[in-house]
Amino acid sequence: MASMETLARLMRELEDQLVVCMKCGMCQSVCPVFDQTGREADVTRGKLALLSGLMEHIFDDPEGVHRQLNKCLLCGSCAANCPSGVSVQEIFLKARAILSGFMGLPPAKRLILRGMLANPRLFDHLTAWGAKFQHLFTRSANEIIGTSCARVMSPLVQDRHFKTLAPVPFHRQAAAIDRPAGTSGLKVALFTGCLIDKIFPNIADSTLKILDHLEVGLFLPENQACCGIPALASGDLATFRKLQAHNLKLYTSGEFDYLVTACATCTSTLHEVWPQMADERHRDTAARLARRTMDINQFLIQEASLKPLSNSAAGGCTVTYHDPCHLKKGLHVFSEPRAVIAATPGCTLKEMAQPDVCCGMGGSFNLQYYDISRDIGQLKAAQIQASGAEVLATGCPACMLQVSDMLSQAAAQIKVRHPVELYAAALDA
Amino acid sequence: MISNALVGQFKTLVGDENAWSDAVDLHTYAYDAAVVDPVKPGLIVRPTSTEALGQAVRLCNENGLPLTVRGAGTNLSGGTVPLPDGVVIVTNGMKSIVEINEADMYAVVQPGVVTAKLAAAVEAKGLFYPPDPGSQAVSTIGGNVAENAGGLRGLKYGVTRDYVMGLSFFDVEGNLVKSGSKTVKCATGYNLTGLMVGSEGTLGVFNEIILKLIPLPVHNKAMMAVFDSLEKASETVAAIIANRIVPATLEFLDNFTIRAVEDFSKAGMPTDAAAMLLVELDGHPAQVEEDAERVEKLCRSMGAASIRVAQDAAERDRVWAARRAALSALAQLKPTLVLEDATVPRSRIPDMVAAIGRIAARYDVTIGTFGHAGDGNLHPTILTDKRDPEEWQRVEHTIDAIFDAALEMGGTLSGEHGTGLAKCRYLEKETSAGTILFSRRIKRAMDPNNILNPGKIIAAKA
Ligand SMILES: Cc1cc2nc3c(=O)[nH]c(=O)nc-3n(C[C@H](O)[C@H](O)[C@H](O)COP(=O)(O)OP(=O)(O)OC[C@H]3O[C@@H](n4cnc5c(N)ncnc54)[C@H](O)[C@@H]3O)c2cc1C
Ligand code: SF4
Ligand code: SF4
Repeated sequence: MASMETLARLMRELEDQLVVCMKCGMCQSVCPVFDQTGREADVTRGKLALLSGLMEHIFDDPEGVHRQLNKCLLCGSCAANCPSGVSVQEIFLKARAILSGFMGLPPAKRLILRGMLANPRLFDHLTAWGAKFQHLFTRSANEIIGTSCARVMSPLVQDRHFKTLAPVPFHRQAAAIDRPAGTSGLKVALFTGCLIDKIFPNIADSTLKILDHLEVGLFLPENQACCGIPALASGDLATFRKLQAHNLKLYTSGEFDYLVTACATCTSTLHEVWPQMADERHRDTAARLARRTMDINQFLIQEASLKPLSNSAAGGCTVTYHDPCHLKKGLHVFSEPRAVIAATPGCTLKEMAQPDVCCGMGGSFNLQYYDISRDIGQLKAAQIQASGAEVLATGCPACMLQVSDMLSQAAAQIKVRHPVELYAAALDA
Repeated sequence: MISNALVGQFKTLVGDENAWSDAVDLHTYAYDAAVVDPVKPGLIVRPTSTEALGQAVRLCNENGLPLTVRGAGTNLSGGTVPLPDGVVIVTNGMKSIVEINEADMYAVVQPGVVTAKLAAAVEAKGLFYPPDPGSQAVSTIGGNVAENAGGLRGLKYGVTRDYVMGLSFFDVEGNLVKSGSKTVKCATGYNLTGLMVGSEGTLGVFNEIILKLIPLPVHNKAMMAVFDSLEKASETVAAIIANRIVPATLEFLDNFTIRAVEDFSKAGMPTDAAAMLLVELDGHPAQVEEDAERVEKLCRSMGAASIRVAQDAAERDRVWAARRAALSALAQLKPTLVLEDATVPRSRIPDMVAAIGRIAARYDVTIGTFGHAGDGNLHPTILTDKRDPEEWQRVEHTIDAIFDAALEMGGTLSGEHGTGLAKCRYLEKETSAGTILFSRRIKRAMDPNNILNPGKIIAAKA
């Protein structure tokens, strides 16, 4: 390990962004992790103070600061609420990259990120293999939600109720597509995203159905890579940039008006993080693409003027909507998904209390801090159940995983769906 | 260094998971929201029961460990900056609302209850807890009482002090002391409650607080008036009060702040206005409507350039959005923000605003001023970069000069943010040598080992 003085020097790159924090402490009111622990080192103000501490060479080793930095959902609740406008996510991601570069990636992460995620084809093969054999290790936990749990105790799975890999991932169902705009005069590119591709292919399938219905042209390239956020969240800037370059090449080869995704986290990564974290060579391309990137609900409502369907064959049901942090807090998208639900025949929107409070997923946070993640998720599940709705809709597959786990553990009989799945189902009806 | 054996004793009291001495934790309890130098404590404890809280205080005293109680750490005067290797007791493990009594209109809370959560719980029952500091989404009732926090509604509804009916606290030996009661009237014993409000953790540690509640006003109306001169704005404030109208809030924004808010939120603010008043009336609908008309007329006759009366909730929200954005808008301009709260009798507001303008020019610093015009409590907000030592020195002179100006006008150093570390050296100027002596004697009698938040309010010497 290089010296702490070297680290202090590296951290100074963040100084101008760190001093923006005026230590007012208002982030305490919104940080879901702090809400559980009451510990200053878990809230934004504390984490920023720790990073300043590294910069001022106050610590003997970086381990504790690194641990705290990773104890974060990257939900953006604090940034959305910060009176001083601190660029929290950018600081945290850059600091994670600096610290991982300085300390080295742990071997397991290295294997997963560099050995697997960084190679889209290999990642696809491995997950296809997993999909074939997973039934040997899992059993059904909740039929309505469609979750499973482990057959035998395993430290990684614990008592989670999880969604299994889809038998056929989306990229096997839909080959490369390049179809011109129809009567709508619009054409979009679809970025599928790992979770949708491998666990929730029906979301992508539904998206295609709706785009078809609206006669929107489509560019769907083959061999898409992950958006890179799991790598970046682990501080692995190299893998992130590799994936980003791969994807940029794919998407600059097509023509389209907008790039849409049905995953809140992918949208926010492409929109916010790609330009921030790109290397010099790719920054402009990333920024141009970011300006044309939007959430699928936002596209359907704002650009494609999605109309309410009038067929009444689809039976009535009540739907409550959870705001994914990456849509509401980062991108201010919250009315559009609700509008998609409202446009779906038979669906009545029934708001839960505090629909925009984080579900506690936070990607690898859920793996590292499952206890806290579950405590946060249980609050969400309770509010969903209290709404009395029969369906929980949300615009992010990661939230869907977390909420499915929580509702299933609570033995709730509530379906978990993406808004586009609801609308597409009504198209079929 | 606090010995391992002693840390062990604290752990036995509060549980392993609630005593922290990791370098990371110590570093994050070295500061609060004030612009003062951080000091690293030696141990953090987070009691979750009355018993543990009392025992933790006793243990500190027995071992001569300086103790700083901390709510949300949002105070602006350094009140929760600990002593080197001291103990910080965090109260957010004690956050239950023990009782909301609708018949007798009071609430009993633990010190770690967040102000806004209490206000919401009370409102759900049709009752009202008026003190609303700008930090209420995070600040704790314990912190509010210990700072005698104010808020936007001070003019009509008073400050935290006016709602504390009684409290129980641990003295430095860990004895539980009770004062006040759940009754409207109480003439039993010394008025210890009065002494404890605003004591900033230097005399004892609050355990439970009894708060007065009042009926929730059923109606409200907000308006915004724009002025082309400061004088007209403050004469309007005086005229409103002279006409025996008491708005719930009567807020002021100066030109610099108006422009900052406009840059920040593009809300269509009148950027050439010298000042802006935001007024909200509440109470019985008939009275509110009548007063609103009178205020509107007064504003016009005093020469307001324009007036906007909110017709519905959405418009009311827009009126207040400007005020809510003030601090953010200013905060975005420079890395360091020093939020002062020197307060003058409200008739002197024009003089004070003028003085602040002169001081800013003399020391060449940037100051945006907004605040509670109705009660004379202005927030001159200095925008700077603490990393620039030369500029920081000018800022320190500026602060001195602002205090001098306020005192000259018969005002006070702090309307609501407390004395803490930041203002203790000015205290004698506002009061007298006798006051300091008297205060020190009280402190010594109550805390002979001087372990309760030493150095706050009355400086270091015991
Ligand atoms: C953005 C912002 C806006 C603000 N707006 C206002 C405003 O409008 N009006 C206003 O008055 N203030 C305001 N403040 C200042 C601050 O929020 C108040 O002083 C508040 O009362 C502090 O509460 P806290 O829980 O953060 O207390 P802390 O900062 O944690 O503590 C404050 C003091 O109380 C003592 N204390 C805390 N708990 C106890 C206890 N249980 N027993 C004994 N002593 C205790 C501490 O030792 C310390 O001296 C603002 C601050 C910020 C950052
Ligand atoms: S709300 Fe923003 S400025 Fe305030 S302490 Fe948190 S990060 Fe810092
Ligand atoms: S991003 Fe979310 S979890 Fe992380 S510090 Fe901010 S509010 Fe807390």
